[in-house]
Amino acid sequence: MAKKISRILLYVIVTLGAITMLIPFLWMVSTSLKTSPETIKIPPVWIPKVLQWHNYVEAFNAAPFARYFINSVIVTVVTTVGQLFTSILAAFAFSRLHFWGKNLLFMLFLGTMMIPGEMLIIPNFVTLSKIGLIDHYGALIVPWLASFFTVFTLRQAFQSTPEQIYYAAKMDGATDWKYLWTVLVPMSKSTITAVTVLSVIGSWNSFMWPLIVTNSENMRTLPVGLQAFTTDAGTQYQLLMAASTFVIIPMVIVYIFLQKYIIAGISKAGLKG
Amino acid sequence: MINEKPTLKSSLKAYLYLLPMLVISLTFNIWPIISSFLMSLYTKYNFYTDKVDAMGFDNFVYLWNDPDFHLAVRNTLVFVAGVVPVTVILSLIIALLLNQVKWLSGFFRTVYFLPFVTSTVAIAMVWNWIYHSDYGLMNYFMGLVGLHPINWLTDPHWSLLALIIMSIWKNLGFNIILFLVGLNNIDKGYYQAAEIDGANAWQRFWNVTIPMISPITFLVSVNGVIGSFKVFDQIFALFQGQPGPANADLTIVYYLYQKFYTEYKYPIAAASGVILFFLILLVTLVQLWYSRKHVHY
Repeated sequence: MAKKISRILLYVIVTLGAITMLIPFLWMVSTSLKTSPETIKIPPVWIPKVLQWHNYVEAFNAAPFARYFINSVIVTVVTTVGQLFTSILAAFAFSRLHFWGKNLLFMLFLGTMMIPGEMLIIPNFVTLSKIGLIDHYGALIVPWLASFFTVFTLRQAFQSTPEQIYYAAKMDGATDWKYLWTVLVPMSKSTITAVTVLSVIGSWNSFMWPLIVTNSENMRTLPVGLQAFTTDAGTQYQLLMAASTFVIIPMVIVYIFLQKYIIAGISKAGLKG
Repeated sequence: MINEKPTLKSSLKAYLYLLPMLVISLTFNIWPIISSFLMSLYTKYNFYTDKVDAMGFDNFVYLWNDPDFHLAVRNTLVFVAGVVPVTVILSLIIALLLNQVKWLSGFFRTVYFLPFVTSTVAIAMVWNWIYHSDYGLMNYFMGLVGLHPINWLTDPHWSLLALIIMSIWKNLGFNIILFLVGLNNIDKGYYQAAEIDGANAWQRFWNVTIPMISPITFLVSVNGVIGSFKVFDQIFALFQGQPGPANADLTIVYYLYQKFYTEYKYPIAAASGVILFFLILLVTLVQLWYSRKHVHY
C-alpha cells in the first residue's frame, strides 16, 4: 500500500515538473493562435475560440523570414559538413597516425578549450574585416569549420575501434584514406551522428556571432532576424509568438527524431573528463 | 607495431590529414587567443588602420576604475551564484525521480530536455511575454496564490532574478541527462551490500548515491559555472537589446559587447575578455581543488 502511494506521488511530482517545463511552449503556441484582444485577456485564454492560423502567414510575411530561413539552413549545413570533414581527418591523425609533436599539439588544443569563445570575437572580427568577409556567408561559416570538441569526441570513438582491423586493412593493401572512409567512419556512425546533431543545434541557435558579423538584413540568420523583428512587431504578441514557434520547430523535430543520438552524444562528450 | 616511432614520412602524412583543421584553428582559435591578450595591452590603437602606437596596462586600470565594469562583474557573479547551485540540486532531484519512473519514462525525458534544443533567442521572447507586468502568465500565477504583481523586466530589483529563473529552466535538461547517465552507471551491488548491512533508503542515498555520483556533480558544476559566466544571448533577447533596466543585467560579456560593438573600444573590450578568462580559470581551479577532497572516483 505504502509502495503504491509513493508510486502515485512520484508520478504526480514528475508530471507537475513536466508541466512547468512545457508551459512556456504551450503558452507560445497558444498565444500564436489568438486574436490580438485575446492575448491580453485576464484570466488568460489557453485555447482560443477560433484558431488564428493566419497569424503564421502574417508573421512570416512581416519580415524577410524566408530569407533568414534560407540563410540559417545554408550556414548550418555548410558549417556542420565542413566541421565534420576537418574533424574526421584530424581525429584520424590523432588516433591512428604517428607524427612529431603529436602530444604537444593535442595538449595545445585541449588548452584552447579552456578559453572562453567570447574572447576570440574581437580578433576574429578584425581578421575578417581585413579580408572583407564581414556581412558575407564566409564570416558566418569559416571560423566554425574547426571544432576541437568534435575532434576530441571523434578521436575517442576512433580509438575504441579495434586496432587489428586497421592492420588487417593495411595488410590487404588498403590505403589509410580508404580505411578511414570505408571502415572507420561507418564503424563510428553513432558518434558521428551525435556530434553532427550537436553541431546542427549549436549552429542553428547561434546568436552573438551572427549578430556581430551581419549588417544587412538579407544576411541575417533566423535568431538575429527574430530579434530584429521584435522592434517591428511591438506589442503584437500573437505575431511574435508565431515567429518564435517557427524558429523553434525545426530543432524540436530534429530532436524528437534523433534524441537517442543526442543523449548518447552528450553523455559521451560530457563524461570524457 | 603499437609503439611505432614517427618518421619524416609518417609525420608529413599526418600533417596532411591535420592540415584543414590546423589552418582554420590557427587562424580563428590559436592566433586570436594570443592576439586578444596582446590587444588588451594596446593603449594607443587605431582600429581603422590596425596600428598600435603604445602598450601598457592602462586598459586594466580603466576597468578597475569603471563603475560599469564593477557592476558587470557583480551581476555576473550574482547570476552564476543564482543559477548554478539551484540548477545542480534541482536537476539531481529530478534525475533521481526520473530514474524511478518506468512507465512513460521516454516521454518525461523528452519534455525535460526540450528547452536545451530550443533557440535561446526565440524562447527568451516567450519569457519576455510571460514576464509581461500586466498580461503575463507569471504575474497571473502569482496572483492566484495571493502575491503582488512584479514588474519583472522593468524593475532593476527583479530583472536579474527574472533572468536567473529563465536560465535555470533552460539549463535543467542538460544536467538531468548527465545525472541520469551517472545514476545508471552505479553498480547495483553497492545498494545490495548497503541493504544487507541494514542501511535504510536515506542512508543508502547519502552513503552510496551521493559519493558515487560526485564526479558528475563536479562536471555539471564546472560546466554550469563556465557557461553562466558567459551569459549574453538570454539578456539581449529578454530585454530586447538592452542590458536590463538601469544596467541591472549588465554582465561581463555584455560589457565586452558594448565596448567592442557600440563604442569601438577594442582594447578595453579585449581587456574585459582577459578578466573573464582569469575569473573562469580561478573559479574552475577552486572547484578542482575542492573536488580533490570530496569527489570519489
